[in-house]
Amino acid sequence: MAIVALNRRNLLAAGGSVLATGMLAAGTSGLLLPARADGLAPTESMSGGANNYRKGAAIVDRIGKGGFWMSGTVRRAGDGAPLAGQRIQIWAHTVEGQEHEPQSHGATLTDKDGRFRLEMPQIIPIFGQPHGHLAYDSGEFKTVFLRPVMRSPKDTSLEAHFVLQPT
Amino acid sequence: MTGRTSARAILIWAVLAVAVGAPIAAAASSEQLAWRGPVYILAGFAGIVALGLVLVQPLLVGGYMPGFSGYRGRRAHHWIGGALALAIVIHVAGLWITSPPDMIDALTFASPTPFSPFGVIAMWAIFIVALLALLRRRLGLRPRTWRFLHMPLAIVIVAGSVVHCLLIEGTMETISKAALCALVLAATVKVMIDLQVWRKRRALRGESIARQ
Repeated sequence: MAIVALNRRNLLAAGGSVLATGMLAAGTSGLLLPARADGLAPTESMSGGANNYRKGAAIVDRIGKGGFWMSGTVRRAGDGAPLAGQRIQIWAHTVEGQEHEPQSHGATLTDKDGRFRLEMPQIIPIFGQPHGHLAYDSGEFKTVFLRPVMRSPKDTSLEAHFVLQPT
Repeated sequence: MTGRTSARAILIWAVLAVAVGAPIAAAASSEQLAWRGPVYILAGFAGIVALGLVLVQPLLVGGYMPGFSGYRGRRAHHWIGGALALAIVIHVAGLWITSPPDMIDALTFASPTPFSPFGVIAMWAIFIVALLALLRRRLGLRPRTWRFLHMPLAIVIVAGSVVHCLLIEGTMETISKAALCALVLAATVKVMIDLQVWRKRRALRGESIARQ
């Protein structure tokens, strides 16, 4: 127990869960209350989100050998309508390659509900944080780069959500 | 008496060896290394070694290390200071080669990682101290002036390094890392109390006259 208590991740988890709860509450209220979703604000790019981006990654069924799931949603700013067929590019430092290497990159399309889900190799910490990168960069909407951080390097999935603004 | 003294000396050196060696050994057995290239691994270990040297510095200048009291301790402090600056150069250069955009973000304080600004500030403080130390004689810095410049920078280096290191999720093992950080803080506080660095001491004035 002493070891668990000394692990700083547990300390961070408390703060992180508060944040996550807040974000979850904000997300669901947008979905459940369409009247309020009218003013759904577009997602801003995160700092460092575009690092090691390779434009035009191919649409793949799976990046590498898989084992880790990246998922999320894509909605339209303002009315929050789900956006189908949107191309989301994903890359990360994984057990199969570094962030900048081509085999670490792949893309997928959202389904009719605006959801995407792509299997990829396990993400591992790089530059001090276990994190993934996602990009919407197809022109129809304003480009957005996200850089979500995993709560633990042992996590086997990660989510990121886009609210896109027409250009 | 000599028996007890040498036993104490061995104990102090052993504690230092474990405090610095254990985090390095633990990091060397990290599974993360399997997924990293050699340059990234080198950069990471340069950072751990640098933190170890940050522990050695107050111990040397405080005269706590057996065999390195007084002048020899201060002399070693100078050389270790140079080694610390070199370790930081290797750390930053290696990370730059590994992922240029991430390193540029860190150096320009635009990084999303909360630990980066602490590391970058500590880095600049280390470089400033190293530069001032090199130019100390040329600039004619009196001991009191030197101390007035060095002490705040030393505090920035220690605090910045410790926070930087603790916030990173990398190859370092949690407990050996926390223990090393605690020792760095303890050694710094002890030497600052023992040398009464915040006081305008008569002895210092005497020292500066003697040097002139």
